[in-house]
Amino acid sequence: MFREEYDVVVVGMGPAGSSAARTCAEAGLSVLALEKRQEIGAPKRCGEGLGKNSLARMGVEFNPKWAMQEIEGATCYAPDGKYVRINYDGPEGWVIERKVFDKELAAIAARAGAFVVAKSEVQKVERTQDGKVEVTINYAGTHYTTKAKLIIACDGVETRIARMMGLNTKINLNDIAQGAQLEMANIDIDPKRIELYFGNEIAPGGYVWIFPKGNDVANVGIGIRHPYGDENRTAMDYLMEFINSRPELKKGSILEYNTGGVPVGGLLENMVADNLLVAGDAAHHVNPIHGGGIAEAYIGGRIAAETAIEAIKAGEFSAEFLSRYNKKWWDERGNKMKNVEKLRKVVEELKDDELNFLAEELHGEDLVELSRGNALKKLAKIMMKRPTLLRLAKKLL
Amino acid sequence: MISINRDKCARCGGCVSVCPVEALTLTEHGLVCDAKCINCGTCVKFCPAGALSLPEKGAGAKEE
Repeated sequence: MFREEYDVVVVGMGPAGSSAARTCAEAGLSVLALEKRQEIGAPKRCGEGLGKNSLARMGVEFNPKWAMQEIEGATCYAPDGKYVRINYDGPEGWVIERKVFDKELAAIAARAGAFVVAKSEVQKVERTQDGKVEVTINYAGTHYTTKAKLIIACDGVETRIARMMGLNTKINLNDIAQGAQLEMANIDIDPKRIELYFGNEIAPGGYVWIFPKGNDVANVGIGIRHPYGDENRTAMDYLMEFINSRPELKKGSILEYNTGGVPVGGLLENMVADNLLVAGDAAHHVNPIHGGGIAEAYIGGRIAAETAIEAIKAGEFSAEFLSRYNKKWWDERGNKMKNVEKLRKVVEELKDDELNFLAEELHGEDLVELSRGNALKKLAKIMMKRPTLLRLAKKLL
Repeated sequence: MISINRDKCARCGGCVSVCPVEALTLTEHGLVCDAKCINCGTCVKFCPAGALSLPEKGAGAKEE
Protein backbone atom coordinates (compact mmCIF):
# COMPACT_ATOMS: atom_id res chain seq x y z
CA MET A 1 0.00 0.00 0.00
CA PHE A 2 2.77 2.41 0.90
CA ARG A 3 6.07 3.04 -0.83
CA GLU A 4 9.30 1.97 0.83
CA GLU A 5 10.30 5.57 1.34
CA TYR A 6 8.95 9.12 1.02
CA ASP A 7 10.71 12.43 1.16
CA VAL A 8 8.13 13.70 3.63
CA VAL A 9 5.50 12.06 5.81
CA VAL A 10 2.86 14.54 7.03
CA VAL A 11 1.00 13.43 10.14
CA GLY A 12 -2.46 14.93 10.65
CA MET A 13 -4.62 16.26 7.83
CA GLY A 14 -6.22 19.35 9.25
CA PRO A 15 -5.47 22.64 7.51
CA ALA A 16 -1.78 22.67 8.57
CA GLY A 17 -1.16 19.14 7.30
CA SER A 18 -2.99 19.69 4.03
CA SER A 19 -1.04 22.87 3.42
CA ALA A 20 2.30 21.21 4.19
CA ALA A 21 1.45 18.22 1.99
CA ARG A 22 0.30 20.44 -0.85
CA THR A 23 3.35 22.71 -0.74
CA CYS A 24 5.80 19.78 -0.65
CA ALA A 25 3.98 17.93 -3.44
CA GLU A 26 3.82 21.02 -5.65
CA ALA A 27 7.61 21.24 -5.36
CA GLY A 28 7.90 17.68 -6.62
CA LEU A 29 8.65 15.90 -3.33
CA SER A 30 7.18 12.48 -2.64
CA VAL A 31 4.63 12.97 0.14
CA LEU A 32 2.63 10.58 2.30
CA ALA A 33 -0.08 12.40 4.29
CA LEU A 34 -1.74 10.48 7.11
CA GLU A 35 -4.90 11.15 9.12
CA LYS A 36 -5.67 8.97 12.11
CA ARG A 37 -9.40 9.59 12.05
CA GLN A 38 -11.60 7.68 9.68
CA GLU A 39 -12.94 10.91 8.26
CA ILE A 40 -10.91 14.04 7.62
CA GLY A 41 -12.40 17.11 9.31
CA ALA A 42 -14.68 15.36 11.81
CA PRO A 43 -15.37 15.80 14.58
CA LYS A 44 -14.55 19.48 14.49
CA ARG A 45 -12.90 21.49 17.26
CA CYS A 46 -13.80 24.82 15.76
CA GLY A 47 -16.35 27.62 15.58
CA GLU A 48 -16.02 27.42 11.77
CA GLY A 49 -15.67 31.14 11.08
CA LEU A 50 -13.45 32.04 8.12
CA GLY A 51 -12.77 35.58 6.90
CA LYS A 52 -12.48 36.42 3.23
CA ASN A 53 -9.13 37.97 3.99
CA SER A 54 -7.96 34.77 5.69
CA LEU A 55 -8.95 32.65 2.72
CA ALA A 56 -6.98 34.96 0.42
CA ARG A 57 -3.92 34.68 2.66
CA MET A 58 -4.22 30.90 2.52
CA GLY A 59 -4.16 30.89 -1.27
CA VAL A 60 -7.28 28.74 -1.51
CA GLU A 61 -10.14 29.34 -3.96
CA PHE A 62 -13.63 29.98 -2.68
CA ASN A 63 -15.92 27.00 -3.10
CA PRO A 64 -19.65 27.28 -2.35
CA LYS A 65 -19.83 23.66 -1.22
CA TRP A 66 -18.16 24.41 2.14
CA ALA A 67 -19.64 27.88 2.71
CA MET A 68 -22.73 27.40 4.87
CA GLN A 69 -23.52 31.06 5.53
CA GLU A 70 -22.26 34.38 4.26
CA ILE A 71 -21.44 36.85 7.05
CA GLU A 72 -21.82 40.60 6.65
CA GLY A 73 -20.96 41.84 10.09
CA ALA A 74 -20.24 41.17 13.72
CA THR A 75 -21.67 42.47 16.96
CA CYS A 76 -19.58 42.46 20.14
CA TYR A 77 -21.56 42.75 23.37
CA ALA A 78 -20.14 44.21 26.57
CA PRO A 79 -21.44 42.81 29.88
CA ASP A 80 -24.05 45.57 30.27
CA GLY A 81 -25.48 44.92 26.82
CA LYS A 82 -23.71 47.83 25.09
CA TYR A 83 -22.39 46.69 21.79
CA VAL A 84 -19.95 47.53 19.04
CA ARG A 85 -21.09 46.69 15.55
CA ILE A 86 -18.64 45.83 12.83
CA ASN A 87 -20.27 46.39 9.47
CA TYR A 88 -18.96 45.54 6.07
CA ASP A 89 -20.16 46.65 2.66
CA GLY A 90 -20.73 43.12 1.51
CA PRO A 91 -19.92 39.57 2.49
CA GLU A 92 -16.80 39.58 4.62
CA GLY A 93 -16.51 35.91 5.36
CA TRP A 94 -18.34 32.69 5.93
CA VAL A 95 -19.28 30.18 8.52
CA ILE A 96 -18.12 26.99 6.91
CA GLU A 97 -18.64 23.25 7.23
CA ARG A 98 -15.22 22.08 8.42
CA LYS A 99 -15.83 18.50 7.40
CA VAL A 100 -16.35 19.58 3.78
CA PHE A 101 -13.69 22.30 3.89
CA ASP A 102 -10.96 20.08 5.36
CA LYS A 103 -11.67 17.35 2.82
CA GLU A 104 -11.41 19.90 0.04
CA LEU A 105 -8.03 21.09 1.40
CA ALA A 106 -6.87 17.46 1.55
CA ALA A 107 -8.10 16.90 -2.01
CA ILE A 108 -6.06 19.92 -3.14
CA ALA A 109 -2.99 18.28 -1.59
CA ALA A 110 -3.87 14.97 -3.25
CA ARG A 111 -4.26 16.63 -6.65
CA ALA A 112 -0.83 18.21 -6.18
CA GLY A 113 0.58 14.69 -5.85
CA ALA A 114 0.47 13.84 -2.14
CA PHE A 115 -0.82 10.37 -1.18
CA VAL A 116 -3.47 11.07 1.47
CA VAL A 117 -4.71 8.22 3.67
CA ALA A 118 -7.34 8.43 6.45
CA LYS A 119 -7.72 5.90 9.30
CA SER A 120 -3.94 5.76 9.50
CA GLU A 121 -2.54 6.15 12.97
CA VAL A 122 1.22 6.48 13.37
CA GLN A 123 2.25 3.95 16.01
CA LYS A 124 5.98 4.47 16.07
CA VAL A 125 8.64 6.75 14.68
CA GLU A 126 12.26 5.72 14.98
CA ARG A 127 15.36 7.43 13.66
CA THR A 128 17.56 5.07 11.65
CA GLN A 129 21.33 4.82 11.16
CA ASP A 130 21.14 6.51 7.76
CA GLY A 131 19.68 9.70 9.22
CA LYS A 132 16.08 9.00 8.22
CA VAL A 133 12.99 7.93 10.15
CA GLU A 134 11.17 4.62 10.13
CA VAL A 135 7.43 5.14 10.48
CA THR A 136 5.05 2.39 11.62
CA ILE A 137 1.49 2.98 10.49
CA ASN A 138 -1.71 1.28 11.59
CA TYR A 139 -4.04 1.57 8.60
CA ALA A 140 -7.44 0.10 9.49
CA GLY A 141 -5.93 -2.59 11.68
CA THR A 142 -2.98 -3.60 9.49
CA HIS A 143 0.54 -2.46 10.28
CA TYR A 144 2.86 -1.08 7.64
CA THR A 145 6.29 0.47 7.79
CA THR A 146 7.77 3.09 5.55
CA LYS A 147 10.65 5.53 5.75
CA ALA A 148 10.78 9.31 5.61
CA LYS A 149 13.54 11.84 5.36
CA LEU A 150 11.38 14.33 7.20
CA ILE A 151 8.23 14.27 9.30
CA ILE A 152 5.93 17.27 9.41
CA ALA A 153 3.78 16.86 12.53
CA CYS A 154 0.40 18.58 12.27
CA ASP A 155 -1.33 16.24 14.67
CA GLY A 156 -3.17 18.78 16.74
CA VAL A 157 -2.87 20.25 20.17
CA GLU A 158 -2.30 16.75 21.64
CA THR A 159 0.62 16.05 19.26
CA ARG A 160 2.11 12.65 19.87
CA ILE A 161 4.64 12.85 17.10
CA ALA A 162 6.50 15.85 18.53
CA ARG A 163 6.64 14.06 21.86
CA MET A 164 7.88 10.80 20.30
CA MET A 165 10.59 12.68 18.44
CA GLY A 166 11.80 14.59 21.47
CA LEU A 167 10.31 18.05 20.94
CA ASN A 168 8.59 19.61 23.94
CA THR A 169 5.35 21.37 22.96
CA LYS A 170 3.62 21.21 26.34
CA ILE A 171 1.42 24.17 27.07
CA ASN A 172 0.84 26.02 30.32
CA LEU A 173 -2.71 25.78 31.65
CA ASN A 174 -2.96 29.58 31.52
CA ASP A 175 -2.11 29.59 27.80
CA ILE A 176 -4.86 27.27 26.60
CA ALA A 177 -8.51 28.19 26.32
CA GLN A 178 -11.08 25.66 27.44
CA GLY A 179 -13.58 25.46 24.61
CA ALA A 180 -17.07 24.03 24.45
CA GLN A 181 -19.61 24.32 21.67
CA LEU A 182 -23.00 23.09 20.58
CA GLU A 183 -24.17 23.27 17.01
CA MET A 184 -27.79 24.18 17.51
CA ALA A 185 -30.88 24.16 15.31
CA ASN A 186 -34.27 25.84 15.57
CA ILE A 187 -32.89 28.93 17.31
CA ASP A 188 -33.65 32.61 16.65
CA ILE A 189 -30.61 34.39 15.22
CA ASP A 190 -29.61 36.97 12.65
CA PRO A 191 -28.04 34.68 10.04
CA LYS A 192 -25.92 37.45 8.50
CA ARG A 193 -24.08 38.46 11.66
CA ILE A 194 -21.79 36.73 14.10
CA GLU A 195 -22.26 37.68 17.75
CA LEU A 196 -19.65 37.78 20.50
CA TYR A 197 -20.44 38.21 24.20
CA PHE A 198 -17.87 39.36 26.74
CA GLY A 199 -17.96 39.51 30.52
CA ASN A 200 -16.41 37.91 33.56
CA GLU A 201 -19.68 36.26 34.56
CA ILE A 202 -20.51 35.05 31.07
CA ALA A 203 -17.09 33.85 29.90
CA PRO A 204 -14.19 34.52 32.28
CA GLY A 205 -10.99 35.13 30.30
CA GLY A 206 -12.75 34.60 27.00
CA TYR A 207 -16.05 35.05 25.20
CA VAL A 208 -19.20 33.37 23.93
CA TRP A 209 -19.78 33.19 20.19
CA ILE A 210 -22.76 32.60 17.96
CA PHE A 211 -21.70 31.71 14.41
CA PRO A 212 -24.71 31.19 12.11
CA LYS A 213 -24.67 28.27 9.69
CA GLY A 214 -28.10 29.00 8.28
CA ASN A 215 -31.33 30.80 9.08
CA ASP A 216 -31.90 28.97 12.35
CA VAL A 217 -28.70 26.95 12.81
CA ALA A 218 -25.52 28.15 14.51
CA ASN A 219 -22.42 27.12 16.39
CA VAL A 220 -22.94 28.43 19.91
CA GLY A 221 -19.66 28.17 21.76
CA ILE A 222 -17.48 29.46 24.53
CA GLY A 223 -13.80 29.82 25.32
CA ILE A 224 -12.78 30.48 28.92
CA ARG A 225 -9.44 30.44 30.60
CA HIS A 226 -7.75 29.45 33.78
CA PRO A 227 -7.38 31.07 36.31
CA TYR A 228 -10.24 33.48 35.64
CA GLY A 229 -13.24 31.24 36.05
CA ASP A 230 -14.77 29.33 38.92
CA GLU A 231 -12.67 26.18 39.23
CA ASN A 232 -15.70 24.04 39.92
CA ARG A 233 -17.43 24.96 36.68
CA THR A 234 -16.44 23.60 33.29
CA ALA A 235 -16.55 25.48 30.00
CA MET A 236 -19.64 23.45 29.12
CA ASP A 237 -21.28 24.54 32.41
CA TYR A 238 -20.68 28.20 31.53
CA LEU A 239 -22.00 27.66 28.02
CA MET A 240 -25.17 25.96 29.26
CA GLU A 241 -25.81 28.82 31.65
CA PHE A 242 -25.56 31.28 28.77
CA ILE A 243 -27.86 29.22 26.55
CA ASN A 244 -30.41 28.62 29.29
CA SER A 245 -30.59 32.34 30.08
CA ARG A 246 -31.75 33.10 26.52
CA PRO A 247 -35.14 31.82 25.40
CA GLU A 248 -34.17 32.22 21.73
CA LEU A 249 -31.39 29.66 22.26
CA LYS A 250 -32.78 27.56 25.07
CA LYS A 251 -35.51 26.13 22.85
CA GLY A 252 -32.95 24.89 20.34
CA SER A 253 -31.89 21.35 19.48
CA ILE A 254 -28.33 20.03 19.63
CA LEU A 255 -26.88 18.80 16.33
CA GLU A 256 -23.29 18.41 17.48
CA TYR A 257 -21.37 18.47 20.77
CA ASN A 258 -17.76 19.65 20.76
CA THR A 259 -15.04 20.52 23.20
CA GLY A 260 -11.54 21.75 22.51
CA GLY A 261 -8.31 23.11 23.83
CA VAL A 262 -7.26 26.26 22.01
CA PRO A 263 -3.60 27.25 22.40
CA VAL A 264 -3.96 31.03 22.70
CA GLY A 265 -0.44 31.64 23.93
CA GLY A 266 2.83 29.92 24.59
CA LEU A 267 4.17 30.55 21.08
CA LEU A 268 7.07 28.17 20.52
CA GLU A 269 10.59 29.52 19.99
CA ASN A 270 11.56 26.13 18.61
CA MET A 271 9.35 24.04 16.33
CA VAL A 272 11.94 21.57 15.01
CA ALA A 273 14.01 18.56 16.02
CA ASP A 274 16.15 16.24 13.90
CA ASN A 275 13.98 15.09 10.94
CA LEU A 276 10.98 16.98 12.40
CA LEU A 277 8.99 20.16 11.79
CA VAL A 278 5.76 20.96 13.65
CA ALA A 279 2.88 23.16 12.45
CA GLY A 280 -0.73 24.04 13.22
CA ASP A 281 -2.29 23.58 16.67
CA ALA A 282 0.63 21.27 17.50
CA ALA A 283 2.90 24.32 17.18
CA HIS A 284 0.31 26.66 18.78
CA HIS A 285 -0.35 28.44 15.47
CA VAL A 286 -3.47 30.22 16.67
CA ASN A 287 -4.48 33.87 16.86
CA PRO A 288 -4.23 34.53 20.63
CA ILE A 289 -7.04 37.09 20.83
CA HIS A 290 -9.90 35.31 19.05
CA GLY A 291 -8.55 31.77 19.01
CA GLY A 292 -9.04 31.37 15.26
CA GLY A 293 -6.60 28.89 13.80
CA ILE A 294 -7.55 27.87 10.25
CA ALA A 295 -5.52 30.48 8.40
CA GLU A 296 -2.63 30.46 10.89
CA ALA A 297 -2.39 26.68 10.57
CA TYR A 298 -2.48 26.75 6.78
CA ILE A 299 0.20 29.43 6.64
CA GLY A 300 2.30 27.64 9.29
CA GLY A 301 2.08 24.40 7.32
CA ARG A 302 3.21 26.18 4.19
CA ILE A 303 6.21 27.81 5.90
CA ALA A 304 7.25 24.46 7.44
CA ALA A 305 7.00 22.86 4.00
CA GLU A 306 9.18 25.54 2.41
CA THR A 307 11.96 24.63 4.82
CA ALA A 308 11.33 20.93 4.19
CA ILE A 309 11.80 21.51 0.46
CA GLU A 310 15.13 23.26 1.08
CA ALA A 311 16.21 20.48 3.42
CA ILE A 312 15.44 17.72 0.90
CA LYS A 313 17.35 19.63 -1.78
CA ALA A 314 20.34 20.05 0.52
CA GLY A 315 20.12 16.51 1.92
CA GLU A 316 20.21 18.01 5.41
CA PHE A 317 17.72 16.81 8.02
CA SER A 318 19.28 18.04 11.26
CA ALA A 319 17.51 20.32 13.73
CA GLU A 320 20.24 22.84 13.05
CA PHE A 321 19.37 23.07 9.36
CA LEU A 322 15.61 22.92 9.96
CA SER A 323 15.77 25.75 12.51
CA ARG A 324 15.52 28.23 9.63
CA TYR A 325 11.80 27.40 9.81
CA ASN A 326 11.70 28.98 13.29
CA LYS A 327 13.14 32.22 11.99
CA LYS A 328 10.90 32.28 8.93
CA TRP A 329 7.74 31.66 10.91
CA TRP A 330 8.63 34.23 13.56
CA ASP A 331 9.41 36.84 10.88
CA GLU A 332 6.23 36.19 8.93
CA ARG A 333 3.73 35.38 11.72
CA GLY A 334 5.25 34.99 15.19
CA ASN A 335 6.06 38.60 15.94
CA LYS A 336 2.55 39.65 14.89
CA MET A 337 1.06 36.91 17.05
CA LYS A 338 3.22 37.98 19.98
CA ASN A 339 1.67 41.44 19.67
CA VAL A 340 -1.80 39.93 19.67
CA GLU A 341 -0.88 37.88 22.72
CA LYS A 342 0.14 41.08 24.47
CA LEU A 343 -3.31 42.47 23.73
CA ARG A 344 -4.97 39.30 25.02
CA LYS A 345 -3.10 39.57 28.29
CA VAL A 346 -4.49 43.08 28.74
CA VAL A 347 -8.05 42.33 27.66
CA GLU A 348 -8.37 39.38 30.01
CA GLU A 349 -7.58 41.62 33.00
CA LEU A 350 -10.45 44.00 32.24
CA LYS A 351 -13.29 44.18 34.72
CA ASP A 352 -16.87 44.28 33.50
CA ASP A 353 -17.28 48.05 33.95
CA GLU A 354 -14.06 48.60 32.02
CA LEU A 355 -15.32 46.42 29.18
CA ASN A 356 -18.50 48.50 29.17
CA PHE A 357 -16.40 51.67 28.95
CA LEU A 358 -14.37 50.35 26.01
CA ALA A 359 -17.52 49.29 24.17
CA GLU A 360 -18.51 52.96 24.17
CA GLU A 361 -15.13 54.22 23.01
CA LEU A 362 -14.16 51.69 20.36
CA HIS A 363 -15.43 51.38 16.81
CA GLY A 364 -15.90 48.29 14.72
CA GLU A 365 -12.87 48.91 12.55
CA ASP A 366 -10.69 49.30 15.66
CA LEU A 367 -11.63 45.78 16.74
CA VAL A 368 -10.71 44.38 13.34
CA GLU A 369 -7.30 46.07 13.44
CA LEU A 370 -6.69 44.95 17.02
CA SER A 371 -7.42 41.34 16.16
CA ARG A 372 -4.70 41.56 13.53
CA GLY A 373 -2.14 42.82 16.01
CA ASN A 374 -2.38 46.46 14.89
CA ALA A 375 -3.69 49.63 16.59
CA LEU A 376 -2.42 48.66 20.04
CA LYS A 377 -1.28 52.24 20.61
CA LYS A 378 -4.73 53.57 19.81
CA LEU A 379 -6.29 51.25 22.37
CA ALA A 380 -3.68 52.30 24.95
CA LYS A 381 -4.58 55.94 24.35
CA ILE A 382 -8.26 55.28 24.93
CA MET A 383 -7.54 53.27 28.06
CA MET A 384 -5.42 56.09 29.47
CA LYS A 385 -8.56 58.23 29.73
CA ARG A 386 -9.36 56.08 32.76
CA PRO A 387 -6.87 56.34 35.62
CA THR A 388 -7.63 52.79 36.77
CA LEU A 389 -6.60 51.50 33.36
CA LEU A 390 -3.25 53.29 33.20
CA ARG A 391 -1.27 50.33 34.47
CA LEU A 392 -2.79 47.98 31.90
CA ALA A 393 -2.52 50.52 29.08
CA LYS A 394 1.22 50.73 29.58
CA LYS A 395 1.50 47.01 28.90
CA LEU A 396 0.33 47.67 25.35
CA LEU A 397 3.17 50.03 24.55
CA MET B 1 -4.19 8.05 38.66
CA ILE B 2 -6.97 10.28 37.36
CA SER B 3 -10.17 8.65 36.22
CA ILE B 4 -11.67 9.28 32.81
CA ASN B 5 -15.42 9.36 32.26
CA ARG B 6 -15.66 8.12 28.68
CA ASP B 7 -19.29 9.20 28.37
CA LYS B 8 -18.35 12.79 29.13
CA CYS B 9 -15.06 12.89 27.18
CA ALA B 10 -15.42 14.48 23.73
CA ARG B 11 -11.85 13.56 22.73
CA CYS B 12 -10.57 17.07 22.18
CA GLY B 13 -7.07 16.27 23.43
CA GLY B 14 -6.54 19.54 25.25
CA CYS B 15 -5.69 17.71 28.47
CA VAL B 16 -2.84 15.88 26.70
CA SER B 17 -1.16 19.18 25.92
CA VAL B 18 -1.27 20.47 29.51
CA CYS B 19 -0.14 17.28 31.26
CA PRO B 20 3.29 18.09 32.74
CA VAL B 21 4.48 14.46 32.78
CA GLU B 22 3.12 13.18 29.44
CA ALA B 23 0.87 10.65 31.13
CA LEU B 24 -2.08 11.23 28.79
CA THR B 25 -2.42 10.03 25.20
CA LEU B 26 -5.39 10.49 22.88
CA THR B 27 -5.71 7.40 20.70
CA GLU B 28 -8.36 6.61 18.14
CA HIS B 29 -9.97 4.49 20.86
CA GLY B 30 -10.14 7.33 23.33
CA LEU B 31 -8.11 9.00 26.02
CA VAL B 32 -5.62 6.89 27.96
CA CYS B 33 -3.80 7.73 31.20
CA ASP B 34 -0.68 5.78 32.12
CA ALA B 35 1.25 5.14 35.31
CA LYS B 36 3.34 8.31 34.92
CA CYS B 37 0.35 10.26 36.29
CA ILE B 38 1.24 12.21 39.45
CA ASN B 39 -2.32 13.26 40.32
CA CYS B 40 -1.46 16.94 39.94
CA GLY B 41 -4.95 17.74 38.67
CA THR B 42 -3.88 20.05 35.83
CA CYS B 43 -5.93 18.09 33.28
CA VAL B 44 -8.92 18.08 35.63
CA LYS B 45 -8.79 21.89 35.80
CA PHE B 46 -8.59 22.05 32.02
CA CYS B 47 -11.29 19.62 30.91
CA PRO B 48 -14.12 21.62 29.28
CA ALA B 49 -16.51 18.69 29.67
CA GLY B 50 -15.79 17.69 33.27
CA ALA B 51 -14.71 14.22 32.15
CA LEU B 52 -11.62 13.94 34.37
CA SER B 53 -11.39 13.58 38.12
CA LEU B 54 -8.78 12.95 40.77
CA PRO B 55 -9.04 9.84 42.92
CA GLU B 56 -10.83 10.49 46.17
CA LYS B 57 -8.46 11.04 49.06
CA GLY B 58 -7.37 7.71 50.53
CA ALA B 59 -9.19 5.73 47.86
CA GLY B 60 -6.21 4.62 45.81
CA ALA B 61 -2.83 3.19 46.68
CA LYS B 62 -1.13 5.92 44.64
CA GLU B 63 -2.71 8.69 46.65
CA GLU B 64 -0.60 8.88 49.79
